[in-house]
Formats: sequence, structure tokens, C-alpha cells
Amino acid sequence: MAEKGTWTVKKGLAEMLKGGVIMDVTTPEQARIAEEAGACAVMALERVPADIRAAGGVARMADPTVILRIMDAVTIPVMAKVRIGHFVEAQILEALGVDYIDESEVLTPADEQFHIDKHAFKVPFVCGARNLGEALRRIAEGAAMIRTKGEPGTGNVVEAVRHMRLINAEIRRLRGMGREELVAAAKEMGAPLDLVTQVAELGRLPVVNFAAGGIATPADAALMMQLGADGIFVGSGIFKSQDPMKRARAIVAATTYYNDPRVLAEVSKDLGEAMPGLEIAAIAPGQRMQERGW
Amino acid sequence: MGVLALQGAFVEQERALRRCGVDTRQIRKAEELTGIRALLIPGGESTTIGRLMEDFALTAALTRAIAGGLPVFGTCAGVILLAREIVGSDQLRLGFLDIAVERNAYGRQVDSFEVDLDIPALGPPPFRAVFIRAPKIVAVGPGVEVLAVHEDKPVLVRQGHVWGCAFHPELTSDLRLHRYFLDSIANRQLI
Repeated sequence: MAEKGTWTVKKGLAEMLKGGVIMDVTTPEQARIAEEAGACAVMALERVPADIRAAGGVARMADPTVILRIMDAVTIPVMAKVRIGHFVEAQILEALGVDYIDESEVLTPADEQFHIDKHAFKVPFVCGARNLGEALRRIAEGAAMIRTKGEPGTGNVVEAVRHMRLINAEIRRLRGMGREELVAAAKEMGAPLDLVTQVAELGRLPVVNFAAGGIATPADAALMMQLGADGIFVGSGIFKSQDPMKRARAIVAATTYYNDPRVLAEVSKDLGEAMPGLEIAAIAPGQRMQERGW
Repeated sequence: MGVLALQGAFVEQERALRRCGVDTRQIRKAEELTGIRALLIPGGESTTIGRLMEDFALTAALTRAIAGGLPVFGTCAGVILLAREIVGSDQLRLGFLDIAVERNAYGRQVDSFEVDLDIPALGPPPFRAVFIRAPKIVAVGPGVEVLAVHEDKPVLVRQGHVWGCAFHPELTSDLRLHRYFLDSIANRQLI
């Protein structure tokens, strides 16, 4: 008997995305450019994070029409975002047949207390995290893939670096701990002990961990890969730049050849203007998307 | 043994091969093909892997190596890249397996599944096969040996030294299929 929606199958799609670039797109044309450039998946949105940030107000799940058009346009997996805690938006995306759901801080949270019970769905979920405790809480809720939060829509990689380095450091700290210390660490980081123990044994997260939030150049992508990311999300960085096709291909190449500075130098040439960047300090603390969720 | 490491689950394939006692090498450039005795093309996105194969001059090198007799096993995206025909698509392929595949024909991710598969060559017990947005092998040419079938469609095939499957043997701990492939190479090289 064939079984669908199992943990192996949910986690397995994320394994297949590894070493790849997932690109934000808002139209079928952009989705085709992304696929042609070598994206391993696309994120279907009404607006990229930089525009969401500029527009203000409440950001919600995209119109199903937009998502369905993008699903029709490409053969690669299509992801879409729901608001934190908005399980009905997730039910809608599952009914549409979306391949992965991002319960995302880029949209305005719908629940200030609880994230979605992701085990209740057949479709797999990816969630953002700033530290190990947050990543493990999301995995406990059923996330089959994790990404750093970074600071979306800024074209500034500093927050993604901070989050990736912190998660790495916390994992290294667990490695040397005895059982009684793991119990205290689990309490301290607010994460289930079985997952904390698993991380200590594996020396990594039990699911795929991508980098996201502020990646705008091939060098940014390679930086995150060298810091241990399994793959890359690029939000506003491609279609807010001067030459999206060229930049998209360059970021795809940089994600594969992240350890090869000669290739990185070659693909970084003549890309035109990157997206305009934003200094994190210029964003009022209450306006930082990474602070959404817990 | 080489594992094509452009994108996808190449680390999992390496882990499975190492557990079979085989040395592995990640292949990202044409010159890295020199000296390998077999090649594994892992699961991932076939359009992504194809784009990088083209951009980094691997298509011609891989074609030469496989035409020259290099044993190769493609899983999921790998079998798409080895197929002669990809239904309704002009995306890049190497074309060594005389089969037609239809991408995502088992459905989208919500329809991805795992199932107990009988592989007669491996004997009992059944093999737990994980299908993720899997390609469907819809036609096979006369020179292609079908080694396993799911719902009347071939899911594991072999044409001489070129092997392909629609599922992911690297996602379970069962190494029998990797070992079977490796044994067949070893036997052939003895002859």
C-alpha cells in the first residue's frame, strides 16, 4: 500500500532541493526565467519582501490565481507563504497542490502565540529560525525544512550570517555535552529534549537548513554555503536587480561552486546593479520581520 | 566512484556508497571524471542539474565517458537526465537509456509516496521505495531490461551499463540496490 505525506517524503523533497537556489517570483514570466536560470524551486508571491516592506499594512497569503498560474508555468516545485499561525491559509495552499508551504515572518502574523501544527498536513513546511531553539520548536511542530530568517527584503546578508553562525555555534556546544547537560540545554533553549539529543548526536539539524533573508549576490550565496547552509533562498535579490536572468544564473552557479573562488570571480562579473540595500539599523526595531514568531 | 554533485541529494548517495565500502568523489567539473570507475547521478531538480552541466562543460564530457562504457546509475532526476525522451520537454538530457519519461506524472508533492516494492533480482523482503515528485517511465525500448514495476509502470531499468530508477534508494537504510549495482560492475570488470 502506497503511503503519502509521510515524514520521509516531506523531508525527502527538501533533500532534493539541497545545493540549489529557491527564488521568489510574482508572475509566470518570472517563474520561467527562474527555472531557465536553474532555480531548484520557486516561491510564488504577490509581492517580493522589499515591496511588502515598502507597502506596509497587513501582508497575507497570495491570491490563489497568482499561485496557480505560476504552478502551470514551471515543472520545478512551487512553494508559497502563509502567515505565522494561519492554518486555514495553509489548508487552502494544500488544496491548491502547492509543493511546500513557508510559514513566514515576511507576512503579517495571524497568531501571536502559536505557530501552525504542521504535522496535521500532507504538504511539507519550511519555517524560519534565528537560533537553534527556534529551529527545534518549528521541527517539533512538524517543519520538514528550516531556513535562517535573516532580515528579508533588505539585500543585506548580515542577519542571515548572524543566524547561521549562531545555530552552528549552538550545535557545536551541544556536541560535547553529557545527558544531564542536554536536559538543562533543552530547558534553556525551550526545545524538546529528544530533538536536542538528536542534534547533539548528528552534529547538525535533523532536517535540511537553507539560508534566507538578505542574499543579493553570488558572493552572498557562496558565503552562506561556506558557513554550512544546505541551499539558498533569494527573495527580492533577483527580480529587484538590473539583470534578473544573469544574476539568477550567477547565484545558481555560486551555490554549486561555493568553494571555487575562480568560478565565483567569473560569475560575479558584469551583473549590473544589485538590488538597493538597506542598513539594518535604519529599520525601527518593531519593523524587523525576523522578530515575528517565537 | 563519482557522484555528480551539481545539485540535489549527492551527500546522501555518497553516504550510501561509503557504507557499501566504496570510495567516492564529488564531480563538479569535467576533469574530475578522470579515473572514476562508475558514476551516480543523484536526485535533485533535473532542469537545475542540466543547466549547470551545460554552463560548466560537463555535458560533452559525461557523454564521452558514458559512451566509452563508464557504468552509470541515475536516480529520479538522474533517470530523467539519462532518458532518450522527456515527454513534452526539450530540456537537456544525455539520452543513453532508451526510455520515455514523463516528469511529475505521479503528481505534485502532496502525492509523493513510499511503497513496498518487489525487486525480483534482490529477492525478499520488499524494498521500501520513496517516490518524490517522481518521473514516470512511460515507454521502454527493446534493449531495456525492466527490473521492477509499480502499478504496471517500470520504476527500475537497466540498459547494459546504464541504470536508472524513478525512486530514491539513498533515502532509506536498505543498501541492497546500491550493492547490486556495485556487484554487477565488479563482475563485468572481472570478465
